[in-house]
Amino acid sequence: MANIGKLARRGGLYTLLGGFIFFSAFPFYWMVIATFKRDHDLFSPLNNPFLFNEPPTLDHLRLLFFETHYVQYLLNTAIIGFAVVVITLATAVPAAYALARWARGWGESLGIGIFLTYLVPPTILFIPLSRFASFFGLQESLWSLILVYPTFTIPFCTWLLMGFFKTIPKDIEEQAMIDGLSRFGAMTKVVFPLAISGILTVVVFAFTLSMHEFIYALTFISVSAKKTVSIGVPTELVRGDVFQWGPLMAGALIASIPVAVVYTYFLDRFVAGFTMGAVK
Amino acid sequence: MKDTVHAARPGGGRGGILDREGALAKLLIAPAVLYIVAMIGAPFVLAVLYSLSDATTGDPSLHLVGFRNFAAVLEDPVFRLALRNTFVFTLLSQSIVIVLSRILANALLKPFRGKWLVRFLILLPWTAPISLGTIGWLWMFDSIFSPIDWVLRYLGLLGTATGLLGPQTNMYWLGVPGLAMASVIIVNVWRILPLATVIQLGGLSSIPKDLIEAAEVDGASPWRRTLMITIPLTLPIVSIAFLFGIVFTFTDLVVVYVLTRGGPVQSTQVLSSWTFFKGIEAGDLAQGAAISLFMFPVLAVVAILILRMARRTEVV
Repeated sequence: MANIGKLARRGGLYTLLGGFIFFSAFPFYWMVIATFKRDHDLFSPLNNPFLFNEPPTLDHLRLLFFETHYVQYLLNTAIIGFAVVVITLATAVPAAYALARWARGWGESLGIGIFLTYLVPPTILFIPLSRFASFFGLQESLWSLILVYPTFTIPFCTWLLMGFFKTIPKDIEEQAMIDGLSRFGAMTKVVFPLAISGILTVVVFAFTLSMHEFIYALTFISVSAKKTVSIGVPTELVRGDVFQWGPLMAGALIASIPVAVVYTYFLDRFVAGFTMGAVK
Repeated sequence: MKDTVHAARPGGGRGGILDREGALAKLLIAPAVLYIVAMIGAPFVLAVLYSLSDATTGDPSLHLVGFRNFAAVLEDPVFRLALRNTFVFTLLSQSIVIVLSRILANALLKPFRGKWLVRFLILLPWTAPISLGTIGWLWMFDSIFSPIDWVLRYLGLLGTATGLLGPQTNMYWLGVPGLAMASVIIVNVWRILPLATVIQLGGLSSIPKDLIEAAEVDGASPWRRTLMITIPLTLPIVSIAFLFGIVFTFTDLVVVYVLTRGGPVQSTQVLSSWTFFKGIEAGDLAQGAAISLFMFPVLAVVAILILRMARRTEVV
């Protein structure tokens, strides 16, 4: 009897999880289907939309890679992501270290203040920042995005790293200083290597947050060849008023999956970052 | 420890080292603070100035005209609709998210096989770029080829004379005001659910197990254990999940922009999309800035609540 009860509970759990997985992942399954489906099959309302009624095809992928700027979008996204990572590391790592080490009152308050700027949304800043971009002649340039994206990566990453640095005991660097390292040497040679997992987290976030960004890219860039994946796919793969659904879905899928795999590994840390106070 | 370091360096006065450290601290913090001041602080001030001016993209010079823009914006029926929609859209979607994420987090805490894959699939809506995920939904809500409509037709609910949903062959998810709003809300629930779930997972797993076991031994029913232990202990983390969900939904432009562009007939217009259409596409910088600033009071209140929640939980 106990076994039946247990089985029923298992069954209930799997049904529940199955339902949630269906809700979360179905749009991506839907992309996979459209990516490989022939147009004729795709655009017949009577065909079962969940299956291949005609043999699958690679036509959409060929069109996506050879007849659109898709590869260029991926490249632009990678360039911007890389540059944003560099700027974020160069500013957030030292700031977080200093705030964590000399945090007595003002350090803590300044840290919280920096974090709060993360809550100022791009939807308030994009109008003035678009004027900045045009004032400096950076409209239609990847540079406008490279300079603007740190506005959301720096506050968040500084806060995240502060938490990491706080877990490294002060004694370690004091010992290093007794052993003859300078203050700066102790910081760069002893503390930073210990914070490597935090720094890696920041690299992943700065990159994924840049890749996800939409509003600034939509506002600053209108030349197709300069677009990022997140705006290029939704705005460019439409001919006239006709959506190229096959290539469109392929483009969305290919860009989504790798970043999602990496992000999944780091999501716990991301969440621990902004709920730090709450789970302490 | 610190004293021994100082003592070990004869001649190096205590004050001198502290001064050097202070200078180093400022030097290390300066780049981040300057970046934030220049790229968040300055634009924010400029947004306020624009909202008090008559600037347009054609003539972006600042002539202050007082509160005229705010008055004009408030009289605009589209703005009022957008304001109302923003609240409806945020509160409805986040209420649904809180309930669903609680159920999902509880299920994920149980042991089962293939956890990594399940986690990956469930987190996809948050980990994949939002504009690309939303494009998938746009195709799912297609006016002719929607798979949802296909299933409804298959079940005989749609497209037959006796069908529950009417004789037409399609629902036109994004073409009918009420359905369009529902679609936008569903996509937002879909998007924020993984985030809220992960936050709640953290909260649920931090409840001391012995506390629940003790209650079990004392004969408390599962319902009572939930009511008296789990809910009060996880309330702060649930609130944090709710508040962050609000921040992300309240200011989001992507879902509305990709799915409906505010249509049909402005019925899904929200503050962020209206800011974009007025401020950038129509080139009215002044009114665009004024519209966007209406988001600020809500965000300020949410930020204060987040801080208070974080403080309170530290005491617990």
